[in-house]
Amino acid sequence: MATMIMKQPPTGGFSFENCKRNAVVEGSLNNSGGSLPAARKTGTTICGVVFKDGVVLGADTRATEGMIVADKNCSKIHYISPNIYCCGAGTAADTEMTTQIISSNLELHSLSTGRSPRVATANRMLKQMLFRYQGYIGAALVLGGVDCNGPHLYSIYPHGSTDKLPYVTMGSGSLAAMAVFEDRYKPDMEEEAAKRLVRDAIAAGIFNDLGSGSNIDLCVISKGKVDYIRPHDEANKKGVRTGDYKYTRGTTGVLTKAVKPLDLELLVESVQTMDTS
Amino acid sequence: MLGETEPEWLSEEVKTGTTIIAIEFNAGVVLGSDSRVSAGASVVNRVMNKLSPLHDKIYCALSGSAADAQTIAEIVNYQLDVHSTEIGEDPQVRSAATLVRNISYKYKEELSAHLIVAGWDRRDGGQVFATLNGLLTRQPFAIGGSGSSYVYGFVDAEYRRGMSKEECQQFVVNTLSLAMNRDGSSGGVAYIVTIDEQGTEEKVILGNDLPTFVDQ
Repeated sequence: MATMIMKQPPTGGFSFENCKRNAVVEGSLNNSGGSLPAARKTGTTICGVVFKDGVVLGADTRATEGMIVADKNCSKIHYISPNIYCCGAGTAADTEMTTQIISSNLELHSLSTGRSPRVATANRMLKQMLFRYQGYIGAALVLGGVDCNGPHLYSIYPHGSTDKLPYVTMGSGSLAAMAVFEDRYKPDMEEEAAKRLVRDAIAAGIFNDLGSGSNIDLCVISKGKVDYIRPHDEANKKGVRTGDYKYTRGTTGVLTKAVKPLDLELLVESVQTMDTS
Repeated sequence: MLGETEPEWLSEEVKTGTTIIAIEFNAGVVLGSDSRVSAGASVVNRVMNKLSPLHDKIYCALSGSAADAQTIAEIVNYQLDVHSTEIGEDPQVRSAATLVRNISYKYKEELSAHLIVAGWDRRDGGQVFATLNGLLTRQPFAIGGSGSSYVYGFVDAEYRRGMSKEECQQFVVNTLSLAMNRDGSSGGVAYIVTIDEQGTEEKVILGNDLPTFVDQ
């Protein structure tokens, strides 16, 4: 439902209204001696695909704080239950805490029912929690797993809406990854083909999106087996320096040498025992 | 891009900018919807079925904010389940519509979703209810979503009372096709659900099977 609110007829050219507002806000903040804190984000590429026997989840490993890479090798595929894993994009703290809370609740639920947890249950719990917080928890998740009803894959948005699909991508690099999926996805793929497809989709995100980078992590979930491959592909290995600034001994000629021993006397010796009981 | 801290779709709410339609015929109802879900300028799901079951013979069509609409549908599905167990028989379409209306009205400031409720029950046959902004009104047909603005003229001119099931289905498909062609927020495939005394039939019509009008 699109409701259009027109304040005045649009004039041609660019509008610099927001620039004035930003300058005022920043000015007043700087005067009071502070600056806007930047939340650490996983500007990310995450994706998942359903193949013949299960699901493959993939993620890059870069965590950014504004324009700086805060963590070059962070883990974005979180454990929910032995048969369910969840990739998280958005605010790093939100995805971490949300997945931990739901993982804990799901374990209690599973003990209470006496059954292995289902992916649809995890999906309901996550969407109801995110809806309750009306989008203020910035967690965009790709949830995948295998349960008694087969393999399932869900994408969950920060406001609490979910989609159940055979292939999903999330994060700033989602458009690049989705382009790869739309081209090469086929239903009922083999495991190796699915891993290759996910690896290529994440690589597309890593190389074409500034917010994603470093390595590619994969998680292959099938009935009774989970392969957490970290890293699956070191797409961005740190280069080896070809030159060296170390000089060998003898490069600089020694003219004179004088050795003077330092006489030190022991003044105070005290021993403080640590309570290690 | 330098200076961009996060992709806009993360802060943009996911909307089902949509076209939905429900129409009553002599012995049941036909519901139809497109399948596009957008977040800002990006399409996040191109095959979403916006016709959500509330009960065996009662469906609702979702539009507006995806999270709000999905949540309302799931809550009413649960409440209707409890209600039908309590009364020991299939619930009335009016009951389902009332439950949706109660949530839409109570939280009208916070929510931004419009659900059209339609179904068949033994007492009154096929019924279509609109629950926009918390009202409850029974109508012979109802359209909603961003794409509906483009087809008000078409439905007003083409609707006739007493159409048969097949004519209704064709009417719904034509309306959806016209709206999907003109509204940027609607597209993908068309989902059609037909509910009558015999049962519920779900159908998908893929993009190139949709009817074309002006030379396309």
